[in-house]
Amino acid sequence: MKISVEHIAKLARLSLSEQEKELFSAQLNSIIVYVEKLSELDTKDIEPTSHVLSLNNVVRDDTPRESILRDEALSNAPDHTEKFYRVPKIIE
Amino acid sequence: MELYRLDISEARRLLDKKEITVKELIDSIYQRVDAVENKVKAFMTIAKDHAYKMADAPQKTINSGRSLSLSGIPIAIKDNMCTKGIRTTCSSKILENFIPPYESTVTSRLKDNGYILIGKTNLDEFAMGSSTENSGFFTTRNPWDLERIPGGSSGGSAAAVAADECIAALGSDTGGSIRQPASLCGVVGLKPTYGRVSRYGLVAFASSLDQIGTITKNVKDSAILMNIISGKDSCDSTSAPVAVPDFTRVLGHEIKGLKIGIPREYFIEGMDKEVETSVRDAIKKLESLGAIPVEISLPHTDYAVATYYVLATSEASSNLARYDGVKYGFRAEGKDLMDMYMNTRAQGFGAEVKRRIILGTYTLSSGYYDAYYKKAQQVRTLIKTDFEEAFKTVDAIVTPTAPTAAFKAGEKADDPLQMYLSDIFTISVNLSGVPGISIPCGFTSNKLPIGLQIIGKHFDEESLFKIAYAYEQSTAWHKRRPNI
Repeated sequence: MKISVEHIAKLARLSLSEQEKELFSAQLNSIIVYVEKLSELDTKDIEPTSHVLSLNNVVRDDTPRESILRDEALSNAPDHTEKFYRVPKIIE
Repeated sequence: MELYRLDISEARRLLDKKEITVKELIDSIYQRVDAVENKVKAFMTIAKDHAYKMADAPQKTINSGRSLSLSGIPIAIKDNMCTKGIRTTCSSKILENFIPPYESTVTSRLKDNGYILIGKTNLDEFAMGSSTENSGFFTTRNPWDLERIPGGSSGGSAAAVAADECIAALGSDTGGSIRQPASLCGVVGLKPTYGRVSRYGLVAFASSLDQIGTITKNVKDSAILMNIISGKDSCDSTSAPVAVPDFTRVLGHEIKGLKIGIPREYFIEGMDKEVETSVRDAIKKLESLGAIPVEISLPHTDYAVATYYVLATSEASSNLARYDGVKYGFRAEGKDLMDMYMNTRAQGFGAEVKRRIILGTYTLSSGYYDAYYKKAQQVRTLIKTDFEEAFKTVDAIVTPTAPTAAFKAGEKADDPLQMYLSDIFTISVNLSGVPGISIPCGFTSNKLPIGLQIIGKHFDEESLFKIAYAYEQSTAWHKRRPNI
């Protein structure tokens, strides 16, 4: 089996060099071949585990509380105006 | 005696008796850092000015006679836990200049107890790796042999503790990232039960597996830190509402009659002979202290690494989607938004992170989800059930922590799969959510440390502490220090 690394990388919003495409493609194929060993096991009727604790719907009272100030939240942004994050043009 | 050699309880005693001051202790630690850090390279950030600023308050508390357990104790924090106002990089270029506007719950609890932040330690980028060679900046060295790696991903924290560049440290463990470096550096590393310690402010890697824990010079220090960082936190909905005992209370209790499971799948052909001998000797030692070894089976052990690499990479691909060059972190130029995303992530992430994002995106992608992700979740259930079955007959399980002692830098760097297999004995513990501790249990003929892993039931860290302490007190491995 051959994985199309280029397509997957695009889904993950990663641009890859030609060299990376080749390297990752070979490495991922060998990892996937290794992972295929899971298919040796019969898992019919086995419940999947997504989480090891039996915690469900942890909620808190809907009361306002302090949060990070806007200036603090913007302080690490690569580009921002006084109130907003700024990004490259989205709509033509 | 050099003050940097102290452990938490001895430093506590000297500080409280006014034989030393907080400033003297910090001085000694930074003298040690100045002397060895250029060789060990444990720290991403050394927070010297900040540390001295933190010193006054705990000194006052001590002078008033009401010291807390960590008043004035210098501690290092893995650089994937947010420290307000102090750069937190995750050893990634993408967060190189990130200054958190908030404090993680664990460091905030340490702060409330008067700790001194010495610095932020190096790790494999986003905690993905077993050697720190995946750090976006540099590789930390093993204080026992500078040509070798310290293990990972909490390699910086483990090396800093082993080299006496701090009194204790925090790490995080997703597949062995506390226990494996602790084993390779000859220190004590505890991964608590999933849910025992809040992850608020821990940079997320694989959220169903990540857990913060301790790296210390001995078992008692681990118990002291766990008393502070454990417990429900309203900021982390996955922290469990389970009562926190005083973990130091069980230290010194005898282990007579405790049943210790020895899983046959963990003593495999091809494992390092010196590691096997040390671990077998440790089991005999535990037996001589009254524990009863019982051979057990964890039949799905062989599938753990494959299960882990599907689940951890899937979760990572989702968690790391947030690094888009918009809200924080590095941004690259691009002709439009999509181009900016693609370039930012291409330039900001290192090779291993990209590899895992791609693998995780693949296993979650349409058409493959059932075959890989769901399948791995089902196998996870089988692995978890293995432990539940075993714990019906034994109180704890004992295994090697890692299949070999520390390997040389570069030895496995080109083969991701070989690197993944160095976590073979630690991964099932994360998949099952149970706690595990690694303690020193011997040395190879090359004078490299070997670790013993003790695994317990959910929320039964007390049994781990009891057994680990009994073993430690009857041996002298933990007293050896690297000659550096």
